Amino acid sequence: MAEFPKTAECIVIGGGIIGASIAYELTKVNFGKVVILEKNTVSSGSTGRCGGGIRAQWSTPENVRLAMESVKRFRELEGELGTDTEYEEGGYLILAHSDEELSQFRKNVEMQKKHGLQVELLSPEEAKKVVPLLNTEKITGATWCSTDGSINPFLINFAYMKKALEQGASLYERTEVLSIDKEGSKITGVVTPKGVISCPVIVNAAGGYAGTVASKARIELPLVPHRHEILATEQINRFFKNMIMSFEHNIYFRQVKDGGIVGGQTNPGEPPGTSVVSGISFIKEMSVKLGHFIPALGDVKILRQWAGLYCMSPDAQPILGRVEGTQGYFHACGFSGHGLMLAPRVSVLMAKAISDTSFHDPDLDRLGLDRFEKGIASFEKSVV
Amino acid sequence: MKDLKIICRCQDVTEEEIVDAIRKYGLKSVDEVKRVTRAGMGHCQGKTCRKLVEQLLFKVNGFWPDPEEQSTSRPPLKSLPIKLVAASEEDFDAVVARGRGGQHG
Ligand SMILES: Cc1cc2nc3c(=O)[nH]c(=O)nc-3n(C[C@H](O)[C@H](O)[C@H](O)COP(=O)(O)OP(=O)(O)OC[C@H]3O[C@@H](n4cnc5c(N)ncnc54)[C@H](O)[C@@H]3O)c2cc1C
Ligand code: FES
Repeated sequence: MAEFPKTAECIVIGGGIIGASIAYELTKVNFGKVVILEKNTVSSGSTGRCGGGIRAQWSTPENVRLAMESVKRFRELEGELGTDTEYEEGGYLILAHSDEELSQFRKNVEMQKKHGLQVELLSPEEAKKVVPLLNTEKITGATWCSTDGSINPFLINFAYMKKALEQGASLYERTEVLSIDKEGSKITGVVTPKGVISCPVIVNAAGGYAGTVASKARIELPLVPHRHEILATEQINRFFKNMIMSFEHNIYFRQVKDGGIVGGQTNPGEPPGTSVVSGISFIKEMSVKLGHFIPALGDVKILRQWAGLYCMSPDAQPILGRVEGTQGYFHACGFSGHGLMLAPRVSVLMAKAISDTSFHDPDLDRLGLDRFEKGIASFEKSVV
Repeated sequence: MKDLKIICRCQDVTEEEIVDAIRKYGLKSVDEVKRVTRAGMGHCQGKTCRKLVEQLLFKVNGFWPDPEEQSTSRPPLKSLPIKLVAASEEDFDAVVARGRGGQHG
């Protein structure tokens, strides 16, 4: 392996989807020497543990725009990166359980349509047409967007990384950033067990550990990591392609391409923390919910369960861009459980902001860290 | 039908696919191979194929995967039907009454 570098033009901290996609977009615009430092291995963090869902059905305009632009990118990426990623537009069916929830959904749909999203409100009967085996007893309606979909998180993460490396970036795995050097308000480099790298620009893409990494640069982020559990069943004949989601009952699940059902919930009472240990209550609660929504799944066997981190921000929207008062520091974190699907757009915006400090974009500006002082524009409600 | 040598019987992954993935992405551990190829994610959860994957890693890389980086096995130890697991829990209404959870309550 090449000698550990002493200098770089940009250090990306984290080899998940966010770090890999930003490294790729930076090398695509010939930013210069990009070094990715990853404490474990590529896709070992939240990305490799996530549900793979992609949707533009959000309640804030920022999330809708970022997701819609990302969908446009997802369509190009297989060709651009030259790798199959199992990207599929199978749709998202989001269930409403009360009239109150349905009226919130009506507002969401109206706003989403203004952005040009093809989304519609469905009656319970129409929802049943999408997934005939769905139990619609306790639902008052649903929303449906056929251009929502899914991707294999590992494949897209590895594909971005591979292309970034081909374009000149270098990756050091099993290399943790221990501290960040500053001179006055300027970033000057990072310290790792393998050596020190001088570098004027760093990107914090450390997922659930973004708060810890930021504090090394003496920046305080209002982020809280939370464990989220998820399970997969054995493979059965594929009978639906879309994600099924219920905010009220706190669950999402889909049938992946190979036939397994993959789904998770937000555990009630889950305390903040970085543990990713699996628990027994999750698998029990999840089984009850799966059995309720699709009774025909009763005999299907659960093969495995695992957990990963959601990195929650106060308004459940990502924190992006530069930080006032710290020159050379950038971050893309706090994705609050939807970082995979926003990565294609966020990485393009981040690469522009990093390579041109006068670059402005309305969404990037609205999702800066300073929003928590200036006032949050909107609060994302559509989270599981 | 793939007429090649199958390494992971549960997930139908061939030797060629695994060797290609190791080369393409410079993989060094069983977990990484699992992420890229799905070998080890099947019914037996890698009990059958893990040793074979380790051998392929050795064959391609010229060194064995780091024993410190043992692949994590995912519970449950035995696969169980959804309805059996659900039967050990309260009913749907009682379960969802526990709340939405997480930071947003
Ligand atoms: C169960 C579950 C289901 C999810 N489902 C979806 C979904 O359906 N759709 C969706 O869009 N999102 C989903 N998410 C959220 C999604 O996984 C994340 O938002 C996304 O993966 C974040 O990517 P990342 O690159 O920021 O983080 P990560 O993938 O966690 O990458 C960060 C990396 O930084 C490394 N790192 C940390 N500290 C350091 C350090 N000091 N030095 C060097 N490296 C360091 C870590 O090892 C890690 O590999 C889900 C998450 C979970 C847990
Ligand atoms: S043989 Fe690979 S998971 Fe069973």
